[in-house]
Amino acid sequence: MTISSSAFTFVRELVRAESAIVLEPGKEYLVESRLVPLARAAGHPDVDAYVAQLSTRRSPAALKQVVEALTTNETSWFRDTDPYTTLRETIFPELARNRPRKQLRVWAAACSSGQEPYSIVMTAMDTPALAGWRVDVTATDLSEEMLERGRRGEYSQLEVNRGLPATTLVRHFERQGLNWRINQSIRERVEFRHLNLTRPFPPMGQFDVVFLRNVLIYFDMPTKREVLQRVRQVLAPDGHLFLGAAEMTMGVDDAWERVPAGRSSVYRIREEQRTCVPW
Amino acid sequence: MRALVVDDSRAMRRIVTRILEDAGFEVLEAGDGQEALDVLAAQETPPELACVDWNMPVMDGLTFINHVRKQPQWRATTLMMVTTESEQSQIVRALAAGAHEYLIKPFTGEAMLEKLDLLGLLPTPVGDQT
Repeated sequence: MTISSSAFTFVRELVRAESAIVLEPGKEYLVESRLVPLARAAGHPDVDAYVAQLSTRRSPAALKQVVEALTTNETSWFRDTDPYTTLRETIFPELARNRPRKQLRVWAAACSSGQEPYSIVMTAMDTPALAGWRVDVTATDLSEEMLERGRRGEYSQLEVNRGLPATTLVRHFERQGLNWRINQSIRERVEFRHLNLTRPFPPMGQFDVVFLRNVLIYFDMPTKREVLQRVRQVLAPDGHLFLGAAEMTMGVDDAWERVPAGRSSVYRIREEQRTCVPW
Repeated sequence: MRALVVDDSRAMRRIVTRILEDAGFEVLEAGDGQEALDVLAAQETPPELACVDWNMPVMDGLTFINHVRKQPQWRATTLMMVTTESEQSQIVRALAAGAHEYLIKPFTGEAMLEKLDLLGLLPTPVGDQT
């Protein structure tokens, strides 16, 4: 069974309008695999029948579920390892030298079910230069379901197997039935908020570090540019932006410069483009 | 690089062996802790990695790890417990005995590769999966 081209086109247009994420032809399998559980839950024999009903009734709640199912990704702890090593060994110590108030704010801009913001908090706890500091993480996502999962901070055995060192698991998590819940001391450092990156941002204050990893790849070029421009408005003049390994600012928004940091690269706002006064 | 896979289930040994071979390891196998000690003793240089099940006949994985950690010539071997045992206290016990990592069954190939990446045992780090 494969999804019909009309159903694919409907879903593609819906997802594009709601999230600016472009599902290229060839992603039919993705649409189908993500929508099968929704179709079954709604009592339909297959995805085509489910999409047919969606397109006639256009229930906002159901359409939202479809967008959420297609815009969230499986994720691992300390994903790709290097960004977190760079954070601990290079970026956090540098910021610690430049911030007299002993406070840092980090934004995890597409936090999914919370692994990224919690990995950032655990990394801060493992940074000697930040002993006694307050590090707050704002975690945002398009999906209410993912935000709720993040707030709960409870993960299945399969999820804690993904990239989490065993020593970290026993130190920062507690077994709850078949699942593992991250300790409250870490949970309370993260605030989960709904945010659509493709729309103007709500007031959020200024961040020292922004994680915007593996998000831009889903957007078309004008949207990528707008998102990067908006991120500049909320990043401290000497702040740092982390992108995914397959992403870059070059040719998208050239107000950014790529600087080597540790074993990876981070992005900073070019000096002549910095509009705010550092604190 | 070489790895020793210790598990009394042939099916599980095959799964782990396949993942490790795909990651570029040459794989040795043993069906219990005692056999694994014999395999280690027969090597001129010890393997870089041992993936060890907990519950096995003859000698269990925890006892095996205790033995290996007492032998200076095997110090360079990284030990990863791969088991269905998933209580927090058991993970702590295994780490205290000298296991470097702990992977709970069932697991995906990706999860195992990420553990190897954490241990610095992958020739190329796990890339972005998008």
